[in-house]
Amino acid sequence: MSDIPEGTPKPEQLAQIRYKPPRRGWMDKPVELKKGTYCYSARSKFMEYLNLPNAREWNPTEGDWKLPADWKQTILDGMRERLTRFRSFRLFMDICVRCGACADKCHFFIGSGDPKNMPVLRAELLRSVYRNDFTAAGKILGRIAGARELTVDVLKEWYYYFYQCTECRRCSVYCPYGIDTAEITMLGRELLNLVGLNIGWTIEPCANCFRTGNHLGVQPHGFKDSIDFAVDELEEITGVRVEAPINKKGAEILFIAPSADYFASPHYYTLLGYLALFHEIGLDYTWSTYASEGGNFGLFTSHEMIKRLNAKMYAEAKRLGVKWILGGECGHMWRVVHQYMDTMNGPADFLEQPVSPVTGTRFENAKSTKMVHITEFTSDLIKNNKLKLDPSRNDHWRTTFHDSCNPARALGLFEEPRYVIKSVCNNFFEMPPNTIREHTFCCGSGAGLGNDENFEMRMRGGLPRANAVKYVNEKHDVNILLCICAIDKATLPVLMQYWVPGVEVGGIHEMVANALVMKGETKRETDMRGQPLNNAEEKEHV
Amino acid sequence: MGALVSFFAVVVLVAIVFVGVEAANLRYLFGVIIPYAALITFIAGFIYRIVIWARSPVPFRITTTCGQQKSHPWIKNDILDNPHSTIGVIGRMLLEVLLFRSLFRNTRLELRNGPKLAYEWEKWLWLAGLVFHWSFLVILVRHLRFFTEPVPVLIQALEGLDAFFQIGLPALYLSDAVILAAVTYLFLRRVLIPEIRYISLAADYFPLFLIFGLVLSGVLMRYFVRVDVVAIKELAMGLVAFRPSVPEGINVLFYIHLFLVSVLFAYFPFSKLMHLGGVFLSPTRNLANNNRMERHTNPWNYPVKVHTYEEYEDEFRDKMKAAGLPLEKE
Repeated sequence: MSDIPEGTPKPEQLAQIRYKPPRRGWMDKPVELKKGTYCYSARSKFMEYLNLPNAREWNPTEGDWKLPADWKQTILDGMRERLTRFRSFRLFMDICVRCGACADKCHFFIGSGDPKNMPVLRAELLRSVYRNDFTAAGKILGRIAGARELTVDVLKEWYYYFYQCTECRRCSVYCPYGIDTAEITMLGRELLNLVGLNIGWTIEPCANCFRTGNHLGVQPHGFKDSIDFAVDELEEITGVRVEAPINKKGAEILFIAPSADYFASPHYYTLLGYLALFHEIGLDYTWSTYASEGGNFGLFTSHEMIKRLNAKMYAEAKRLGVKWILGGECGHMWRVVHQYMDTMNGPADFLEQPVSPVTGTRFENAKSTKMVHITEFTSDLIKNNKLKLDPSRNDHWRTTFHDSCNPARALGLFEEPRYVIKSVCNNFFEMPPNTIREHTFCCGSGAGLGNDENFEMRMRGGLPRANAVKYVNEKHDVNILLCICAIDKATLPVLMQYWVPGVEVGGIHEMVANALVMKGETKRETDMRGQPLNNAEEKEHV
Repeated sequence: MGALVSFFAVVVLVAIVFVGVEAANLRYLFGVIIPYAALITFIAGFIYRIVIWARSPVPFRITTTCGQQKSHPWIKNDILDNPHSTIGVIGRMLLEVLLFRSLFRNTRLELRNGPKLAYEWEKWLWLAGLVFHWSFLVILVRHLRFFTEPVPVLIQALEGLDAFFQIGLPALYLSDAVILAAVTYLFLRRVLIPEIRYISLAADYFPLFLIFGLVLSGVLMRYFVRVDVVAIKELAMGLVAFRPSVPEGINVLFYIHLFLVSVLFAYFPFSKLMHLGGVFLSPTRNLANNNRMERHTNPWNYPVKVHTYEEYEDEFRDKMKAAGLPLEKE
């Protein structure tokens, strides 16, 4: 867990937000890369590993970005190609009426007041160039038609603002035409990629994932150590020794979780939850070291990179001969699995329609992609009374649930996680309606922006989420924010520390593990975090 | 700046037709040639734009889900905000097109001390947008009485409904009052709300001024300035029958009205007004969220360089062996 970097403004200072835009128009205002609000560039060795164009060492704060000589033509050609490949792109360039309904829906605008963080203006950064080079009106009328020439300054502006969007898609919920800024940001980033303008925080994980199978660069033996360690720890807590098969051929189910689950905290407690649950129901499953990453930072890089990284899931399922795939608690992973995987790397005709081996439930909604979300799986177990649960073991937690952007707005996974939480926790409180479900606010650090150099912007972007947590913290003494996303688990703790001290962050299957009464278990002295259960009451009043 | 440019553009348009009719007597040009040309431009341009959009494929099913997905039978699926079937998609699109469902979700942000964020009730944009579009449609349909003989009962009924309150003589059409109010609101919010002013282009003000001028000239003709309605209908019927003629004695106000309509029609396909056609094609709205149930195909899905398991095992074989992990090749 990262701490608050030195020099970060205090929350009181950050909360002084001015929403009034400057008097002069936005088109000629060059971008200013302020410390704490932009991302560092990608290292050339990772770019080279992935065969990405214009690999070099460069620094965004220096004047010379070391662009290739024909950078402008490359970008314009790239735009032309994407306009013919993506109806969304051409349509979203054409039909915006600038009604402004999206303006105050973006967490980065809410937290920064920077007008270029209004989704409409973020898109106009690209649209202005589109009009200039691809529309008759723009070619004839120029500025009057809202057109402007692509210059290095415009490119720098793109870099700053397309890496100041977390692709959360909240704005697209409110847009009368469904214009999706995530789509625009994704394509904007693809264009930047063509001339080598990548950020470190997306390219390094991509390169790691390509090579080792996961973003963190954990090698197979390290993966095994991690899982073995978790098995030991789970035994210490529960007294039950579980098995955690790895790369096992012929298992029924391949389980894929985000790599942070086995390497970071508080993700780790969720990992203990998976292990306990799978043992308890006697699941015939396997982990994979080759496909040891649920997440996909390709989503934050380019469509091609999504496909390159995602290919591992089906390839590994095929190699191991499993029947279907179960996926862990991760946000953007589920956008990729749900909306891209089958199209890019399917059809998965070598797999079978997922059926729960415990309840016999056929997962009709996953019959083509053949991958089931862990909360879909667990809610079905609970509904069918297959788990013995003691929710009072979570009584020291007063919980609320953060809908992660992608499961919310790309799937509509709302009730399954809530059903599980309510089954394993006695204290659950919803945040205000405008901040949950399809209206949910991003953690402010998704889409590759969760790095330390971008800390101030993350705290700004996370303000709306934190503010809603603060509301339930003050009203209901909520002390843990549950979520089903690894980026959330990595970045919400410090967001809480900054805006709402005293609120912890956890996963749903951590709560499941706490409540799960296992056969042959010893008396539970602590929860998954090692906090003594008897002293829970005391802790609450610290 | 954009507002001024647009305002003067509309003033110039009015001046052109005024001079053209009053000084140069170009009645046939403004009464027949330009309206025909505008209509052709509208139809051809509209189709052209739709074809351009339609030619680009939808490579991925990127539905924005705004309600509960369909998963377990015991969890209620929100069929309109997160449809998984064609019927649901049709329902979602109808709500979107006819009632502006998404805009209805609008809220207004307020930052209070604390800091405390509040999301306030804000349906005015939705309301103004909705009544603007609906009254525009009513007015358009009402105008069919100039192009039909006898006037169909439905159009007469619509007129009767529109003039339901029987205020004044001739009776005031509700749609006229509503559209003027709505256009005024939409304009004022554009200039008065700083964020909206900041994002507004000339292309945002121009249609507002144009439509305002259009409605104003129509209102003047109906309620304030005597015009020869019989002659106007004769001209309109001539246009419809492709036997155009320009009767004498039609007030210049009519030519202003007709010219502004012509400009609107001709301008339409090249502007943001194409959202009329575009809204139907928006992939975040018009696709069912059945992604994991039915495979969506991408016509340009091309092979990419991947890192195969074999390459992976080749690199890590010794470490895997030492850790006791199963291998393909010993």
